[in-house]
Amino acid sequence: MQKPIIKLRGVCKLFGQFQALYDVSFDVKLGERVVVCGPSGSGKSTMIRCINRLEEHDSGEITVDGIELTEDMENILSVRREVGMVFQQFNLFPHLTVLENLVLAPMRARKLSRTEAEKTAMEYLERVRIPDQASKYPAQLSGGQQQRVAIARSLCMKPKIMLFDEPTSALDPEMIKEVLDVMIELARDGMTMIVVTHEMGFAKTVADTMVFMDHGRIVEVAPPSTFFTSPKSDRTQLFLSQILSH
Amino acid sequence: MQRKKTKLNWIDALVVLSIAIFVIVIVRRVESVLNYTWDWSKIVPFFIYVDRETGEWTKNLMIEGLLMTMRLAVYGIVASAIIGVVMGLCRISSNLFLRMVARSYVELVRNTPPLVFIFIFYFFLSTQLMPVLGIEELARSDSPTVQWLIRILCGDPVLFSNFISGLVCLSIFEGAYITEIVRAGVQSIPRGQWEAGKAVGLSGFDVMRSVILPQAVNRIAPPLANQFITLIKDSSIVSLISIQELTFMAVEVGVSTSRIFEIWILTAAMYFVICYACVLFFNWLERRAARARR
Repeated sequence: MQKPIIKLRGVCKLFGQFQALYDVSFDVKLGERVVVCGPSGSGKSTMIRCINRLEEHDSGEITVDGIELTEDMENILSVRREVGMVFQQFNLFPHLTVLENLVLAPMRARKLSRTEAEKTAMEYLERVRIPDQASKYPAQLSGGQQQRVAIARSLCMKPKIMLFDEPTSALDPEMIKEVLDVMIELARDGMTMIVVTHEMGFAKTVADTMVFMDHGRIVEVAPPSTFFTSPKSDRTQLFLSQILSH
Repeated sequence: MQRKKTKLNWIDALVVLSIAIFVIVIVRRVESVLNYTWDWSKIVPFFIYVDRETGEWTKNLMIEGLLMTMRLAVYGIVASAIIGVVMGLCRISSNLFLRMVARSYVELVRNTPPLVFIFIFYFFLSTQLMPVLGIEELARSDSPTVQWLIRILCGDPVLFSNFISGLVCLSIFEGAYITEIVRAGVQSIPRGQWEAGKAVGLSGFDVMRSVILPQAVNRIAPPLANQFITLIKDSSIVSLISIQELTFMAVEVGVSTSRIFEIWILTAAMYFVICYACVLFFNWLERRAARARR
C-alpha cells in the first residue's frame, strides 16, 4: 500500500460562528488526481486552502509530504514550495511581466540564478503554449492566457502537488477549453492534483477519485465510474442531477 | 453629453472683469476707509539691500525666512516620509503591540489641533529632550566646521535646537497622516496578491517587498504628494515656537514697518510659488512614472 502524500485527519475550520469544515479526513496518494465537487459554501475551497495553509485549520491534523502543518513558519514555507496553487481569479502580479511573474518565486525562494529561472520559465510557458507572451504584462492577456500563465507560475517551483481552486469559473466559455487542455496534459504527466471544479466532463476524463462535499463534510468518495453512475448518497444524486441535467 | 468647452466666451470675460473690479474696489476702500497708503518700496530692503560697509547686495529677513521654510520643507518631507512608512507598516503588522503603538500615535496626532500639539511638544518635551540628546552642546561646539555646517544646513547655530524641535514636531505631525496614507495604500492591494505570493512559497517579507509594495507605491504617490504640499504650508505653524521661517519673519517685518497688507500679500505669493512649483514637480514625476510603467 502506497503511503499518502497528503493526509487530513479530523480537520475542522471555523469562520466565526460558521463551521466551514467539519471533521474532514481524507488521503491523497502520489500521482492521484482528485476532483472535488459540491454546492457553493460546502467547504471545497476551504479544504484545499488549508492544504497550503492559506487558511489555518482549528483542529485536526494535516500532513503534506511528511511535514505536518503547524504554527511553524519553516514547515509552512516548505509545504508551500511543494504545493502549487491556481486561483479562480488568476492572481497574477500585475506590475510584473509574464516572465517576471514566473521567475520571482524560483529566484527568491529556491535561490536560482536569473538565467536558470528564465530557462525553466520559458520551458513551462512553452508547455502552456504561450512562449510568445513572455514580455507582456498580465493585463494585456486574455483570461484564458492569464490562467495558463498562473499554472506555469506554479509549475516553475517544480511542485509535487497542484491545487486548483475553480480554475475555469472566472473564464469566458470559449477560453475554458484551453485551460482544461493544459490541466489534462498535466494529469497525463502524472502530477498529483486536487481540483475543485464544476466541469464534470473534465472530471470524468481525468479523475482517479471523486469527492463530494456538502455543509463542510465529505459526503462521498468514489472512483468516477461509480460516482457518476451509482452514487450512494441521496445528496450526491440530487447534486449530480442538478448539475448534469442540462 | 455637451461638447467640451475649449474657448472662453464673453460670459467668462464678464466674470473675470467683475472679479477684477471687486478687487480694485477693495483696494480703494482700504485706502479711504482705513486711511492706508500703499507703499511697496518700504518692504523691499527686508528682502534684499545693499550693505553700507561692503557695498554688496545682501539678503535680509524675508529671504532668510524663505530659506528656513525651504529647509523645513525638505528635511520635513524626508523625515515624515520615513516616520510614515515605518509607522504605516507597523499599523498593518501582525504584531499586536506594534499595531497598538502605531494606532495610538496616529490617533493622538490626528485628534489634536496642530497648534496645541506643537505647544505641548515644544514646552514639555523638547525643552527637556534637546539638552539630553546633546543638541544644545552640538550647537555651542567650538569647531568651525560644525558651526559652518549648522549654518549652511540649519541656519543660525544660536537657534539650532529650536530648529530641531520645530522640525521634529512638524515631521511627527505630518508623519501621522503619511502613516495612514501608507496603510491605506498597502491595504488597497487585493488579498489575492498576498495569497498568490504565499502560495508560490515566498516569505511574508518577500511578498511585501516584491509584490505588495511595488503596487502600493503607485497608489500612494498622489496622496503623498498632496501631503507634502500640506507639510510645506503647515510649516508656518512652527513660527509660534520661534522658528524664524517665512511666516515668523513676515510677522516681524509687518510689525516693525506697519506695511501689513504688502508683507502678507508677498508672503502668500512666496508660499504659492514654492507649493505650486512642488505641484508641477510631483505631476511631472507622476507622468514620468506612468510612462515608465508601459
